[in-house]
Amino acid sequence: MNNSEKIIDAFPSSNDFDINKIRADFSILTETVKGNPLVYLDNAATSQKPTQVIEVLDQYYREYNSNIHRGVHSLSQKATDVYESARDKVKNFLNANSTKEIIFVRGATEGINLVAQSFGLSNISEGDEVIITEMEHHSNIVPWQMLCETTGATLKFIPINDAGELIMEEYAQLLSDKTKLVAVSHISNALGTINPIKTIIDKAHAVGAKVLIDGAQAVPHTRVDVQKLDCDFYVFSGHKLFGPTGIGVLYGKHALLESMPPYQGGGDMISMVTMEKTAYNALPHKFEAGTPHIAGVIGLGAAIDYVNAIDFDAAANYENELLDYALSKVDQVEGMNLVGTAKEKTSILSFTLDSIHPHDIGTILDDQGVAIRAGHHCAMPIMERFCIPATARASFAFYNTHAEVDALFDAINQCREVFG
Amino acid sequence: MFDIKDLYQEVIVDHNKNPRNFGKLEDATKTLEGFNPLCGDRLTLYIKTENDQIQDISFDGSGCAISVASASLMTDAMKGKSLEEAERLFDQFHNLITSDDELDLEQMGKLAALAGVREYPARVKCASLCWHTLHSVIEGDATPVSTE
Repeated sequence: MNNSEKIIDAFPSSNDFDINKIRADFSILTETVKGNPLVYLDNAATSQKPTQVIEVLDQYYREYNSNIHRGVHSLSQKATDVYESARDKVKNFLNANSTKEIIFVRGATEGINLVAQSFGLSNISEGDEVIITEMEHHSNIVPWQMLCETTGATLKFIPINDAGELIMEEYAQLLSDKTKLVAVSHISNALGTINPIKTIIDKAHAVGAKVLIDGAQAVPHTRVDVQKLDCDFYVFSGHKLFGPTGIGVLYGKHALLESMPPYQGGGDMISMVTMEKTAYNALPHKFEAGTPHIAGVIGLGAAIDYVNAIDFDAAANYENELLDYALSKVDQVEGMNLVGTAKEKTSILSFTLDSIHPHDIGTILDDQGVAIRAGHHCAMPIMERFCIPATARASFAFYNTHAEVDALFDAINQCREVFG
Repeated sequence: MFDIKDLYQEVIVDHNKNPRNFGKLEDATKTLEGFNPLCGDRLTLYIKTENDQIQDISFDGSGCAISVASASLMTDAMKGKSLEEAERLFDQFHNLITSDDELDLEQMGKLAALAGVREYPARVKCASLCWHTLHSVIEGDATPVSTE
């Protein structure tokens, strides 16, 4: 029996989601680590890539690698077509109104920085307020701190309760006509909490504030409809959505993007340059200076094709089953304490185990082939809120199995054995 | 094959559970903080020196088992050492946890328990945090030590 066979799931699933077919698309899942089958539970850090994405990247470099938007030759035309068709796929994926609203960036982090620097510097000034939450990733804290430092605006945050949910009454108190922007994660990377973003957006709009949603953790698990949400900006990273690293998306409402100054200057973002003056290119190109990550965009398009081809709702249900199965096992482990127990929660299991430091847990789990994240998850204010230095975090994707959840808990029990 | 219990030897588990020389040294002549931003390990080293000799040494803070046990074992090993001997031990310890060289484990005494760290490159920073902090104290550096 080879290692890959060992982790095929025999657990009956409540829907027709074909886990074995899905797993066959992710060849990395048959790798071994320290002699054990890889059990990859670090999906909130980055997801694995299906063969369909890897082949598209390979094909671009092998068959039509060339620069876009400038060549008259055939390869450049093809690269441009595939690049722009990926923009169309992203538009449909988010249900945006137009491809002009889809800006390719390096990742969610760059998307937030773009909004902070471009929208922020031209719309926010001394006396204004920006609201974030206590559960944000550093990428949705630091750009706003930098903006407030430059402009003299004030940064406020919505606190969270012991379950890791936003205290919405406090949010209502924070909002005022001074509020210019609210920036909130759709799903928390450290706690798994799904935030009530529709309510947050509506309340912010009621006082005239704009809203940015950090969807880095949300897009792999839930459908997003930016028009229904009515958010002003939405950002996500390709690599958490089964696509390549180094590529992400900023969605922005057309009129807002139109009114914003460029973020970076260079080629592709201009329509006319003289030594005295530059006329900027139209949207979306105004925000895409320089040769972009063409392969990344094409790969992201393939990743969206992939999630569109599987039954996304069934996949989400399956992930919830995995989470419930894992949660049912937590009580059986003495000293295991969950951090983040929100009612609305995605498949992220953040925990502490007695006084065993998460870093030690991570090493012992790795020895069993189980890959998790240990640390502060780039969300140090959350750790401070719960008075812990770090947590261990297992995060599931739809290619994980019940057998892998078992492997996780076997390895957790091994930690207790090592530390007596 | 290398076993996880070769990393988490009894000595390590014991020094993590009951760290020696733990707590503030009231008559310390030098104090310095060390910080590992990657995992949040944080310790403060207290040293009392006289005539270039370590009279007493202690630490406090929080961290993983490897970093706490390393600080516990290091402070045990440093008592009574001259600063020159301490620096020599620093070099030997660095070699112990990072190089592929054959080792004279006997010469390292109890510190040899940390030799397993060389099989886990991701954990070298944990084991060496207290040592880098000590090294900075000896060099007269007053800025907190960061392993990044």
